Parts: sequence; structure tokens; C-alpha cells
Amino acid sequence: MILTLAMRNLFHDRIRLIVTLVGILFSIVLVAVQLGLYLGAKRMIVDMIDNSNGQLWITTYGAKSFEEGGILLTPRERHAALSTPGVKAVVPLIVMFAEWRKPGGGSTNSVLVGTDPEDGGLAPWNVVEGSAEAMSAPDAVLVDKSYMQDLGVTAIGDTAQIEQGRVRIRGFTDGIRSFTMAPYIFTTLKRARSLLGMPGENSSFFLVQLQDGADPEIVRADLKSRISGTEVLSKAEFRERSLDQWLFSTGAGVALIGGAILGLIVGVVIVAQTLYSSTKDHLNEFATLRALGSSSGYIIKVILAQAALSAIIGYILGMAIAMVVVAFSGQTALPILMTPALALFLFAITLGMCAISAVSAIVKVTKIDPAMVFSR
Amino acid sequence: MSSKIVLQARNIVKDLGQGAGKVRALKGVSLTLHAGELTLLMGPSGSGKTTLLSILGCILAPTEGEVIIDGRSMKGLGPEGLAALRREHIGFIFQSYNLFPTLNAMENVRLALDVRGMSAQEAQVRAEQALRDVGLGHRLRNYPRNLSGGEQQRVAVARALAGAPSVILADEPTAALDSENGQAVMQLLSEIAKDKSRAVLAVTHDSRTLPFADRIVTIEDGLIVGEKRPSGARENISKIDVTRKRKAHV
Repeated sequence: MILTLAMRNLFHDRIRLIVTLVGILFSIVLVAVQLGLYLGAKRMIVDMIDNSNGQLWITTYGAKSFEEGGILLTPRERHAALSTPGVKAVVPLIVMFAEWRKPGGGSTNSVLVGTDPEDGGLAPWNVVEGSAEAMSAPDAVLVDKSYMQDLGVTAIGDTAQIEQGRVRIRGFTDGIRSFTMAPYIFTTLKRARSLLGMPGENSSFFLVQLQDGADPEIVRADLKSRISGTEVLSKAEFRERSLDQWLFSTGAGVALIGGAILGLIVGVVIVAQTLYSSTKDHLNEFATLRALGSSSGYIIKVILAQAALSAIIGYILGMAIAMVVVAFSGQTALPILMTPALALFLFAITLGMCAISAVSAIVKVTKIDPAMVFSR
Repeated sequence: MSSKIVLQARNIVKDLGQGAGKVRALKGVSLTLHAGELTLLMGPSGSGKTTLLSILGCILAPTEGEVIIDGRSMKGLGPEGLAALRREHIGFIFQSYNLFPTLNAMENVRLALDVRGMSAQEAQVRAEQALRDVGLGHRLRNYPRNLSGGEQQRVAVARALAGAPSVILADEPTAALDSENGQAVMQLLSEIAKDKSRAVLAVTHDSRTLPFADRIVTIEDGLIVGEKRPSGARENISKIDVTRKRKAHV
């Protein structure tokens, strides 16, 4: 009967039910979008690192992220790394912001990624037009389809200019997005150095691949002692550093999480207000229930059941709208990610939000004087 | 009177309000309810009827004195203990019926049993039987808004009856009803009171209820000032064909 009573109380006043559901729905969509953006941003930040093949990263001291490697590493440091026991290969990478001049005029910022796919360190993935191997063709670059408009290109064969050098589109990837909004441009190491006017064979990072059975920690300590002025980070550490830089040092992550918290607060306030007024309207009934001998626990269960029902209906509607937003964001530069874990988390916080919202109603109902049944 | 005592109130004193506004509503009331009896509690407005009913029904705790129901004292019990005592021993009938407007007749009765922790299946059977007992077997699925005042009060009687309490307390059960429905409800209470394990106490202003009483207690200014047992009251009732009138009216 608890569920029946809760449901009837809830559906009795349709207008109030709609207000409650809109409150929950608004809150769910806002939190889903904010947290989805946060997850999307996280993926964009670490995608390059996750898709690289190497257990350790050698960076210059204080390198902040994948995009901000700082001053360059020299071939001497690479050779020192290669001579370290347990090291199988040391793959150089160039990553640097560069100006992309559009074929139709104007320019935009981009992140030039110089890598030789045959080294087995980092290669463009999800290549949907052309191929990674086509990077070795004269002037070749690969870009992501989602940035075609930003880069002013429409098809393979289009030409543009990076800094002072001409480049030609030889392939498109799909889904390699950049958190900095500056599109990644894949090209070979040699061409990257040439386009950027880099001296010699300097690099932004060295990706270290270990021999089978080598202990990463021992190799790491050995590398640190051999190469001064650099940092040797595990893949996980470099991931964390990049996330920390873009999400927290820039305040972007805080803004997204702040938005999610704001959504929750709005949801709690709206649901609390409607649950409280519903309880107030049914106060005589709750007093009757108390007079009939119900425990306060029974009445609290009725209110919590009302809150839970609101949460479930609001969650279903909110998620339906959130999924539409997620689908629409798929092809934008800032995709919103919805994972099963996030969906579960959203359900849990919706229930939690509604339970918190029920507190004021519960406080009200526990103060009921059952003697009021005689004063009606 | 040799029948079983189901409720005993001893020297009940009740102060209402605080400080300068404090009023002694009951000034040492003692009352015993016997099984198989319909007792009417009468008195003018402000005499303490409702306060006494609230204390006898374990809704209010007395300032002084003790209430014992079926051998269990309410002394020292907190709100949850009092609720448990109400749940186990007392059935209430209210002046305004106090039915849940969003529940149908059956659900209203079932709710009182659910509160007692009864299984859904047993509650269903008991609720249906209680409603049939009050003549509402054909109105099980009707909502209060679709029932007449008399029918609503009979649902309330069924709700009070379904839990098989030892005491039924009714607050002005006929006040909101016309003459015929009032008589029908009183007839019902009178029949319920014939059960040798149950006492019924009704607070009333309504002189039309007098023929149904086994005992009339008068309260004035917080004190019981009179008690009488009308001779042949039950016999008089039989002359009133309330059942026939009720059916005709409803």
C-alpha cells in the first residue's frame, strides 16, 4: 500500500507532478551534458597518449601536457635512452602548435603531430579516407573529418599551408578530436621538423618501448639517472599530467563539474519544493495515518516512495532528452560522452537528489500532531 | 457490570497550552469501558470531550493519571509506543470520515491493515469482509467522491472494524450526516458494540443517538458529572427499522 499511496499522491495533482518532473528532467539533462562534456574532454585530452605504443614517455623537465612539451629533446638524449638496459626502442615525436593557413584565406591554430607510423610509436587511427601510409607522400598530412570546415578543406588533394610550408590532404581520420580546439595535423617527423623550421633531429617527446620482461620501474630509474634535465613518466602519469593541465589548471574541468553541481542544486530545490508542498497538502491524511497507528517510519517510506517514483520517471525522461543531445553532439568538435557508468551514476544521483529533496517533507511530517484529526 | 473491562482511565488530568495561556482541560477523570457496551460521551462544547477522547485513544498523553487498554498501560510511552498501542487496540471513526480521497473504499480499509503489518492477501480478504459487514459489498471500488456521506462514514466504520480492535472510539460520528444516515451509522455502532470482546465509545452532541446507548456519560468543565444506563435502550432500537431506511436512502 505504501507504493499505491505514494503513486496516488503523486498523480493526484498533475500540475505539481509536471513541475516536479520538469525539475528533475532539467537537472538530469544539465548534469548529463556537463559530465558528458567532462568525459568527452577527458577522452580528447588523453586519446593520443592512450593510442600510443610505449610504456614510458621521456619529456623535457616540466612538460605540461601532450600539446605543451616545452623545449626540445636532442638526439644525444635519444641515444642515451637507447643504450639503457631493457629499452627496445625510443620513438621520437614532434608535437607543437602551428599556424594553419586555409586554402581559401584566413588561418587557424593547429597542433602538428610529427610521427613515423613505421616506428610503431604513434600512428593516426580510425583512418576513414586515404591511409596512414599515405603520410609518406610528398607534402602529405592527415586531418580529422570533424575539422574540415575549420581547416577550410573539403576533400583529399586539397592544399593548405603550415607556417611557411605547403601541405596536401592525403587522408581523413574520424573521431580524433582536440581539447584545445586546435585540430591535430598528422605528418611525418621529417616534414614536421621542416614545416616548423626545427634544427637537426630534435623532438618533443621520446616514446620508450621496453624489451619483454624488462621492469618498467627499474628502466625508468636508470633512464632518469642517465638523462638529466628530462622527466621519465609512465603512460598513466603522463595521462594524469595532461588531464591536470587542461581540466584543472585551466579551470575548464572545474567549470564543467561546477555546472553539474549547479544542475543538481536546481534539481534538489525544485523537487524539495514540490515534495514539501505535496506533503503539506496531504498533511491531514498523514495525520489520519498516524492516528490509525502507523509508525513514523511508515509515513517516511510513503514520502520516500514518492521521491523515488519522481526520480525514476524524471530520470527516464531526462535521459531520453540527454541521449538526443549526446547524439547531436557526436559530430561536433566538443562531443558529449555517455557511458553505461555515467548513466548508472546519473540514476544514483537522481535517487540521491530526490531523497535529499524529501528531507524537508519528512521533517514536516514527523512533527505532525495526530490530534489534528479531531479538529477538521 | 460483570463484562470484561477493556479500557480503564484513572484520574486523568490534562493541561493544554503553556504559561499564562495554560488551561486545565481535564481535572481528574476516571472512566471504564466494558466490552459489549456502546457508551456515549456527552457534554457541552469546551467540556473536554475531545481531549478525553484523544487521551483514551492514545493520541495525547495525559499530564497526570493513567490509561490501561487491554491490560497495557500507556504510561511512559513515547510517540511510537503510543502509535503501536493505537495500532493494536484502537479503531477510530472521525466526524469528517478522514478517508483518503485518492484511494477507493477497499484501499482505504486495506491501508489501516497495511499499517498493522498485515500481508496484502490477508488484508484484502479482511477489508472486503469488513466492507460487506457494513453493507458496502457493492461499493468496494468506489472512491470517496462517489460515495454519499453515510457511505463514507460506513467505510470509516469498516476501516475501524477491520483491525479487530478492542476499543472503537468515534468522534461525533453522526454530526455530518442527515437523520437517516446518522441513525444507520449509530445502528451499525450499536451492532458492533454487541461483540463481547469490544467496547465502543462515541463522543456526541446529537440527542438522536441516545436510543442506541447502553450507557451515557456526561462531562462538564473537565469532570465527569453524570452517568446513566437507559433502561431498555437496546430494545427501543429494535423498533427503529434503520436498516430498511438506510437501504432506501442510500
